[in-house]
Amino acid sequence: MRRGVGEYAAVALPLLAALALAPLVYSNELLLFNFIMFLILAQGLNAIYGFTGYLPFGYVGFFGAGAYGFALAVMHLDASPLLAMACAGVAALALGVVLTPLLRLSGAYFAIANLAAAQAVYQVISNPALQDITKGPYGVTLSSVFAPALSYGVALGILAATLALVAWLRNARLGLALQAIREDPVSAAMAGVAVVRGRTIAWLLSALIAGLAGGVFAWHISVFYPETAFDLSFSIFAIVFTLFGGAATQLGPILGVLLLYGLYNVIGITVPQYFQLIYGVLIVLLVLFLPDGLASLATRRGFRVP
Amino acid sequence: MSPEPLLRVERLGKRFGGFRALDGVSFHIDRGEVLGLVGPNGSGKTTCINVISGLYAPDEGNVLFAGRSVGGRKPHLLARSLINRTFQSPRPFLSLTVRENVEIAATYGRASTAAPAVDVVLERLGLAAEAARRAEDLNSAHQKLLDLARALATGPRLLLVDEIAAGLNPAELLLMADRLRALAAEGMALLVVEHLMGFLERVTDRVIVMNAGREIFDGRLAEAVRDTEVVRVFLGGAAHGG
Ligand SMILES: Nc1ncnc2c1ncn2[C@@H]1O[C@H](COP(=O)(O)OP(=O)(O)OP(=O)(O)O)[C@@H](O)[C@H]1O
Ligand SMILES: [Mg+2]
Repeated sequence: MRRGVGEYAAVALPLLAALALAPLVYSNELLLFNFIMFLILAQGLNAIYGFTGYLPFGYVGFFGAGAYGFALAVMHLDASPLLAMACAGVAALALGVVLTPLLRLSGAYFAIANLAAAQAVYQVISNPALQDITKGPYGVTLSSVFAPALSYGVALGILAATLALVAWLRNARLGLALQAIREDPVSAAMAGVAVVRGRTIAWLLSALIAGLAGGVFAWHISVFYPETAFDLSFSIFAIVFTLFGGAATQLGPILGVLLLYGLYNVIGITVPQYFQLIYGVLIVLLVLFLPDGLASLATRRGFRVP
Repeated sequence: MSPEPLLRVERLGKRFGGFRALDGVSFHIDRGEVLGLVGPNGSGKTTCINVISGLYAPDEGNVLFAGRSVGGRKPHLLARSLINRTFQSPRPFLSLTVRENVEIAATYGRASTAAPAVDVVLERLGLAAEAARRAEDLNSAHQKLLDLARALATGPRLLLVDEIAAGLNPAELLLMADRLRALAAEGMALLVVEHLMGFLERVTDRVIVMNAGREIFDGRLAEAVRDTEVVRVFLGGAAHGG
């Protein structure tokens, strides 16, 4: 399981380079940006699901909190984009802290409670009564900070940091402890691992990553509505991409995003009905035959997957 | 009274809803001593280990370790303060390798510099050849050893062993008994829950007998088998079971 920096870099660097150069040759920059965002979200979800086993269906809550953290900082504090990005991270972290007690729930209860929490945040932000603060359901416009090239670069930077974090989690002491917690929390405790603390750290890291993704999303598109930032598809996509590729690895979620989001953009946009069919069949097949994702095809044959 | 024993359990009580799984259990174990714990199914043996190892907080009574009250402390803190255990059905980290399983305990649970190195533990329990295999690929006898290896890697002074002999073949039984005796000879205190009397005889002659959450006997194993209440409980249990 432990391996050198090289194997992770061999995956991450070409990916980052390709995404950095792609806008020069490919004009649909928003699509490229969405790829980056889903790559970040899938790795962020990986940090909590892959390393602790909690499946947060309300993951989009952190994304939305980040988007609005960014927007509120720009609108009310006149913050620079980078300061606003920090506010996005802080907003998501704060939500993560508030929701930490959810970690006491298990399985489906956690998933449902987390989903409900994300909905609650959405309801508050989109409430017309808060129009003066959040612009309520009417959405925000952040044209003063609009900077597509710069925000694209920052998104790439966040992706790089996220990939490094997951690589570190797989190698560090903490990563091994988190995996132990995921396998068996009782045994982990008897091995001396502080179970609650480990889960909390993974949870907050995961929240922070989604918050930064939300922040840079807000910055990049600069005009959005609460239902955009809290769109449940963000959760679903991040979960499906991660599961499809293989959680608890760095490569798995990357494969998941590239293949499935790629497929979505090839088929889904022109003939969405086929896409939903393919998607549905894929998920069923996956759960039945490949619960640990594509990466497990390799690990089962004795290959190591970074 | 003689110097404070390593473990002293005082009037321990544990309820699940209205059901008393432990009801006023008291005993002590000295350094280097092996105490057997026997009783019919459901008599509270595992619950007793669960309370001492911190998985459950006691509802009544107390657990004193080296003279200090540790009842209700979190299990990872107890692991780091030299109390560890094995599980009735082994609970290794299935998708991790044998070495990683032991490494985690050595990294996080190591309380003293006296804790043995990972390789030493693997070697000692005959798991060195399995070090690179995933725990899920081990047979159940090896999984039991891995449970034990993980506990030993933290360097415990008190080891709670829950039915480690069940399912072992005769040769493995003898070897396991030798291993437990060797640990005691090094000064470790052991609480050994066991159904197999032949195995227990090989590791200790002092037992307590539990029935329905209560302690009904504390003394020599040879005397326990002649004690009328003990005999009644076991024969009664057997009669119900058969
Ligand atoms: N977490 C729990 N919740 C509810 N009841 C429990 C729990 N743990 C144990 N019990 C009950 O407490 C009683 C004692 O269980 P325990 O596992 O301690 O028995 P045991 O002596 O170890 O039995 P065995 O020989 O079968 O392992 C049983 O009736 C069991 O059903
Ligand atoms: Mg038991």
